[in-house]
Amino acid sequence: MKGKPPPLFLARENYRTRRIIDAARLLPVLGVLLIFLPMLWSAPMTSTGMIYLFSVWIGLIAVTGVLARKLDRSAMQTENEDRADPALSGGVQARTGRESD
Amino acid sequence: MVSFNLLIVVCLIYVALLFLIAFVAERRAAASTAGWLRSPLVYTLSLSIYCTAWTFYGAVGYAARSGLEYVTIYLGPTIVMVGWWWILRKLVRIGRSQRITSVADLISSRYGKSNLLGVIVTLMAVIGTTPYIALQLQSVTLSFSVFARSGQNEWAPGDINATAIWVAAGLAVFTIIFGTRNLDANERHHGVVTAIAVEAVVKLLALLAVGLFVVWGLGAGPSEMLQRIDASPISEWALRPGRWVSLTFLSAAAFLTLPRMFQVMVVENADERHLTVAAWAFPLYLMLMSLFVVPIAVVGLDLMPKEANPDLFVLTLPLSQGRQGLAMFAFLGGFSSATSMVIVAAIALSTMVSNHIVMPLWLATARQGATKSGDVRRVVLLARRLSIAGILALGYAYFRFSGGGAALAAIGLISFTGVVQVLPAMLGGIFWRGATRWGAATGLLVGFGLWAYTLFLPSFGGDVVMSQAVLDNGPWGVGWLRPQALFGISGLDPVVHAVLWSMVFNVSAFCIGSLVSFPGPLERLQGAQVVNVFDHSESARGWVQGAAEAEDLLVMAQRILGADQAQGLFQAEAAAQGKAGYLPDPSPDFLQRLERELAGSVGGATAHAMVGQIVGGASVSVADLMAVASETAQMMEYSSQLEAKSVELARTARQLREANEKLTELSVQKDAFLSQISHELRTPMTSIRAFSEILCNEADLAAPDRSRYSAIIHDETIRLTRLLDDLLDLSVLENGQVELTLEPVWLKDVLDRAVSAAGVNEGECRLAIYRDTGAEKLEIMTDSDRLSQVFINLISNVRKYCTAPRPELHIKTRIRGGRLVIDFIDNGTGIPEKSQSVIFEKFSRLSDQRAAGGAGLGLAICREIINRLGGSISYVPGQGGAAFRVILPVWQADAA
Repeated sequence: MKGKPPPLFLARENYRTRRIIDAARLLPVLGVLLIFLPMLWSAPMTSTGMIYLFSVWIGLIAVTGVLARKLDRSAMQTENEDRADPALSGGVQARTGRESD
Repeated sequence: MVSFNLLIVVCLIYVALLFLIAFVAERRAAASTAGWLRSPLVYTLSLSIYCTAWTFYGAVGYAARSGLEYVTIYLGPTIVMVGWWWILRKLVRIGRSQRITSVADLISSRYGKSNLLGVIVTLMAVIGTTPYIALQLQSVTLSFSVFARSGQNEWAPGDINATAIWVAAGLAVFTIIFGTRNLDANERHHGVVTAIAVEAVVKLLALLAVGLFVVWGLGAGPSEMLQRIDASPISEWALRPGRWVSLTFLSAAAFLTLPRMFQVMVVENADERHLTVAAWAFPLYLMLMSLFVVPIAVVGLDLMPKEANPDLFVLTLPLSQGRQGLAMFAFLGGFSSATSMVIVAAIALSTMVSNHIVMPLWLATARQGATKSGDVRRVVLLARRLSIAGILALGYAYFRFSGGGAALAAIGLISFTGVVQVLPAMLGGIFWRGATRWGAATGLLVGFGLWAYTLFLPSFGGDVVMSQAVLDNGPWGVGWLRPQALFGISGLDPVVHAVLWSMVFNVSAFCIGSLVSFPGPLERLQGAQVVNVFDHSESARGWVQGAAEAEDLLVMAQRILGADQAQGLFQAEAAAQGKAGYLPDPSPDFLQRLERELAGSVGGATAHAMVGQIVGGASVSVADLMAVASETAQMMEYSSQLEAKSVELARTARQLREANEKLTELSVQKDAFLSQISHELRTPMTSIRAFSEILCNEADLAAPDRSRYSAIIHDETIRLTRLLDDLLDLSVLENGQVELTLEPVWLKDVLDRAVSAAGVNEGECRLAIYRDTGAEKLEIMTDSDRLSQVFINLISNVRKYCTAPRPELHIKTRIRGGRLVIDFIDNGTGIPEKSQSVIFEKFSRLSDQRAAGGAGLGLAICREIINRLGGSISYVPGQGGAAFRVILPVWQADAA
């Protein structure tokens, strides 16, 4: 926003952090897709449905746990220093409030 | 058999335990010794108030009726938690940086501290939450009645109501004690949060225990259970995509917008990083809560009689199997679920009611009372306590009114749909800077109105609020306005129908309202701050308790007031409080006095903001900043005025100094002149006296001698006369008594006369004069005698002072800028720079050359004459010699 423009390329560590953030952003989308998938099944068994849904659930929890742990270690510290990633065009910051009024 | 009385005793012991836990936690928090109070685990467990009695009892009933559909209620929040990086992280950061106290406060702050929006959201929250509180009361009384029946006590309907009243009153007491203990700057309630964390553990363990008992105690393990599930009536359930999607959406949205969820998730959040744990731990909690729901339902349907209420299987199943202890545990689990929800909801709602409805009203009616800070505090606390009691009373009234008949799940969904109407305003507010107050207000009102019309009011059944005729045929018989089939779309599930239409119209109204309206300045500022919250705020870690407040205040006060005065003030205050030293308790009285003292130095708003920042640990609000800015602007204006004045003073002083230097120099010159003039006068006088004495005393003088002496006397007299004439002339000119005889003359004639009168070609020193006679053909209106006097003076000055071996004088005449300019330039050494400013002064004389023979009055006379003639004379440096410029007005330039 102000000050020197963000660097075009990042150190390996920061690059990893960015991609983990991307993954954390994409995960709910994947979750929604998986949860809505049973709607396409034809006459599912209730037990099968249960096993599927709870597997998806546990999978989401596990992946979120891993990502959140990594983010807690790296991203929360560095996000204030170098936030705007040029490669991250779909991100929250880039997509939302940069209005020029 | 568990006796009913034993149940009551256990229940009371449990409640007493909760009181104790809350009390200890408050004490620990006050002493700030309990780090675990702010651990991510407690945060995660406090989120579990999402799982109310609706989950604990209702989920099994839901599964018994609609199969797997109940998981949507828990998958929605799971998605929100999994996507914490998108929304929750931002909400929590905004909550911290803007000191948000409730969901109504968030909406109101984001849209420029609009109280209108605060009131709307508060009312919506109260209306939407009341059925939910009734639901909790109902579930607790139902579970009591289960035990009462099993204990062969006959319960009259009056007993059920009595239980509900007791439960409501007990909850009100607990909430009032721990929810309004203090007006914490950030509305955090450690005691309550810790108590509900304990309750969260109890309810999870209770449900898991019942589940494990069902799967392994009544069944033969997981694989057998799966077969039983497929064989049970539940497996006839078919997934309805419309409900599947809209219920997932509804639960996800409600997770964000429910006042109680906002309270624990955002307001009670002690550290942003707790989210990284809650992101996976809370979905895990939800998953465990839902894991055994279907098995319990299946086994319940199997073993229990047909007419048994599936909503109570969690209790009745262990009871029917003779597992009294397990049933008791399950009862406590259900009790925990219900009470924790009611407590937090009541706190959240009472905060909203007191901040957005009672306080504005009170401040508006009792304006003068607001000056005493203790007053406001008392009123806020009273308002909160009354609101808590009022909200629980409302819940109880709804419970009585609805008769406790409807299935638990139905009430929960209706309530969810109502609260979810805040979602567009909330998400639009934190992600879209263009969202405005009017957009938010219209969206909220439209969505809420549609919810009431399509879902809430019809939920009471026909002829209660809405007549059956309206429900069947629409108002005034207009079919496409039928509440449960708007625009002729019938056949939809009522919840799906209500969610669809209310959200569509809510979002549309919000967007259109925002697009066509224009936000106020405060609104735009707040919008920018909220939307770009990560640009404006540090990622704060934990809440720094102001332990060293008084010292910080002293440091600040010393900076502003000066060390001695500040220390004196603090010492006096400490003495008044009965303390030794310099650090008094920061009581409201003292803070107010300090603020007044500081305001004298830095302005009221600034002082308030500074004290507030130290004492409240708060960030300064935009309104404060605007007040500070206007104060600063005033000070800056004042100081710029001072600056302008001091510049003016400096200029005047410089002018005075210059004048003084000039005066001093003139005085020196005058002295020099006086001695010179006395010398000048004395020299002829001496010779006149000497020669006249000779003439008088020597009678036998020869005739040639006599005539020679007489001639000398005569000459000296003439010299004297000339000197006196000059002095007289100057004095006449200066006093403005001179008579000018203006007449048209040719410039060339005047110059000719001057050149010949100056005796250019006489004597040993010949002066070569170069003139542009063509340009001199100008007729001017002037006093020709006076003008030629000036010219003669200038030319003879050249003769006297020009030191060049072959002196030359150039006389250049031209018209410039409508004025006649005549330059007299010689080829001598010119006049030194330091003397240039005094040559036109009287008595000024640059050298002692006797040859000059003048008294230093010539140029002074010239200047006076030219000024009288309406022109000016000046010295022009850098012309290769002395150069004088005479400028005269052109009277008839066209006549040339």
